[in-house]
Amino acid sequence: MNFDLSEEQQLLGESVRRFAARDYAFDTRKRILASAEGMSASVWRTFAEMGLLGLPLPEDAGGYGGGAVDLMGVMEVIGEALVVEPYLPTVGLGAQLIARAGSAAQRAATLPAVAEGAMKLAFASTEEGSRYDLARVATRARSEGGGYVIDGTKRVVTGGPFADRIAVSVRTSGAEADAHGITLLLVDAKAQGLVMTPYRTLDGQRACDLRFDGVHVDSGARLGAEGEALGVIEGVVDFATALVCAEAVGAIRYANEATLEYLKSRKQFGVAIGSFQALQHRMVDMMITYEQARSMASLACTVVDAAPSPAERRHAVSAAKIKIADACRHVSQEAVQLHGGMGMTEELKVSHTFRRLTVIAQQFGDADHHLERFAASS
Amino acid sequence: MDLNYSAGEVAFRDMVRGWLRENLPAELREKVVDYDHFTREELLRWHRILARQGWIAPAWPQQWGGNDWSPVLRYIFDEECGYAGSPPLVPFGLAMCGPVLIRFGSEAQKARFLPRIYHGEDFWCQGYSEPGSGSDLASLKTRAIRDGDHYIVNGQKTWTTLAHYADWIFCLVRTGDAQEKKQEGISFLLVDMKTPGITVRPLMLMDGGHEVNEVFFDDVRVPMGNRVHDEGKGWVVAKYLLSHERLNTARIGTSRRELERLKEYAGRQGKGGRTLLEDPRFRDRLTRLEVELTALSITNLRFLDQLRGGRAPGAEVSMLKIRGTEIQQMLTELMMQAAGPLAQPFAPLGDAPDFDLYTAGFAPRYCNFRKTSIYAGSNEIQRNIIAKMGLGL
Repeated sequence: MNFDLSEEQQLLGESVRRFAARDYAFDTRKRILASAEGMSASVWRTFAEMGLLGLPLPEDAGGYGGGAVDLMGVMEVIGEALVVEPYLPTVGLGAQLIARAGSAAQRAATLPAVAEGAMKLAFASTEEGSRYDLARVATRARSEGGGYVIDGTKRVVTGGPFADRIAVSVRTSGAEADAHGITLLLVDAKAQGLVMTPYRTLDGQRACDLRFDGVHVDSGARLGAEGEALGVIEGVVDFATALVCAEAVGAIRYANEATLEYLKSRKQFGVAIGSFQALQHRMVDMMITYEQARSMASLACTVVDAAPSPAERRHAVSAAKIKIADACRHVSQEAVQLHGGMGMTEELKVSHTFRRLTVIAQQFGDADHHLERFAASS
Repeated sequence: MDLNYSAGEVAFRDMVRGWLRENLPAELREKVVDYDHFTREELLRWHRILARQGWIAPAWPQQWGGNDWSPVLRYIFDEECGYAGSPPLVPFGLAMCGPVLIRFGSEAQKARFLPRIYHGEDFWCQGYSEPGSGSDLASLKTRAIRDGDHYIVNGQKTWTTLAHYADWIFCLVRTGDAQEKKQEGISFLLVDMKTPGITVRPLMLMDGGHEVNEVFFDDVRVPMGNRVHDEGKGWVVAKYLLSHERLNTARIGTSRRELERLKEYAGRQGKGGRTLLEDPRFRDRLTRLEVELTALSITNLRFLDQLRGGRAPGAEVSMLKIRGTEIQQMLTELMMQAAGPLAQPFAPLGDAPDFDLYTAGFAPRYCNFRKTSIYAGSNEIQRNIIAKMGLGL
């Protein structure tokens, strides 16, 4: 048994932390949020230079062959600093789909560019009626002239407005909820017939809806075998779920530290409010929640790296996400409550952490979704 | 024992319900339903409709336009308005400054201010909290020093709801010296927001809305005639106001409407081949909330019934506030949960005719409603009150 990160993993975490402290302070983040672009090209370049974009990519594609555990430290800093650049959509989702399902040619055409910071990706899966069910795909692609024609609408594609290419789950056969008949297509974000409705999400990130009006792609756009993409998609989404659990740990840690600091410094009735037992116990519960979240993030990350059977993986990742979703809710709500009105202001970082934790609680499935999946995989 | 309204109360409820159907403007109701923010004019429009009907200040003495309704009738009226989707009535004039003037104001102050509050001619806000004085209100530092027949006020108020709409602010200020017990030496002043030296600065909240402000006083001259009650008696006035608060803090009518909306929305969302409303897990959450709301509404009625015997409300108000706000918050949370991933979109970028504004209202509402367990005496302070007043701890 050994819960420690390796020396290499620790060093990487520390260097990302130093970067965030220096170049991603809360004021800097505010400016990035307010900018027309909604992300910082220079931050992205630095990510590439630090090797963060290639970290979990295969070595033959310009990466370092890292896994989820290697990324834990990075994700924690992303959670702590509330990084809005599309790291998870590009590295955790898009590049993973290509790395796992793509041909050698497809990998060569995309992954080195991702590692260099020259290409950003996103994954379009959610639909109006799908909720968190990856198999519920109504967007259709029919074969035509050796390629495909796509019709349908994808919702809430995180990082979509930044993406150069978007991996899209489409139905090539079967009924709306069939496990078989789902195909992955890699679509150029500027493809003709693709209509994008961009917006800001609750956590300050950017996402979009995508309407496909007879979008043509050639056969080279297909990642993996036709109709058999669900297994890969589930594996990659579990990988990204493990990463977002680690991100939550960083955000929760920040919320707890800020709240503790507030309890110690805010004075009412002539004393620090942290001297009130009613509030001390609340803070203690937040700390216990943090410790358990941390444990469950470790479980999720080690299990997705160990590549057990899909059933074992589902079981562990869902267990982790249940605890993480509950932890996000508990800590975010208590952090705001214990800060009082200040916790609700745009001015204070804790309100931004509240919003990110609120989104993480639902991202890739809320607690109820994972309760159901856990029960089904027991 | 009979938990039902009397025939007279039922008739009153039906009458109010029918009137609201006829007189609540659809466009105002729509804004309530869509969680929109109200402009000053929209708030005053509804105020004036009720004033014309003679229903704007039922708890006031009849001399000033009150209705002599029993606490139960006032409760029924409030809950019917909430259920129908009426715009909020801003409480600072009607439920705060008005009752204070009626109890402590001079005849001149009553004659000057009460009719204008009643008819919605003056918009009031409340100058209580300060940066260093929230739960510990009595530690406030804004100072008023006598200068001839004026006070000169310096200091800062915060969390001042709708100060940017207000014509007047009532303030607790320190007039005594620093040596006294902190509850003493506080006075209650009425200040014209147009007086030179007042600056209002918005405090933006995380839902993107502007409802609260900081208000700065820099050598603001206030006529002595605008002090309510004696100098140094401001804390007596503030405490009266707290005990005067009506038993409508639970907002059961509003929550009942939100619950119906949640059911309607969940009935339209698909989940695994059926609707979310048919999903046992979600249904259980919804049912628990509905039962919680039923329990609160019966408790509220039971407290009102006790009041009929003439006893002043004490810890009951705090209990209703705690449970009422918890239910309101849970409703906003379940709306978000019902929308699932579709709850994330927040604000469109550029021209986006397809953007789903309806669902995009859920997350800001959830964020905004964290305030309900913080404002008007945080739920922690309410528990302290119950421990002290209710349990003698």
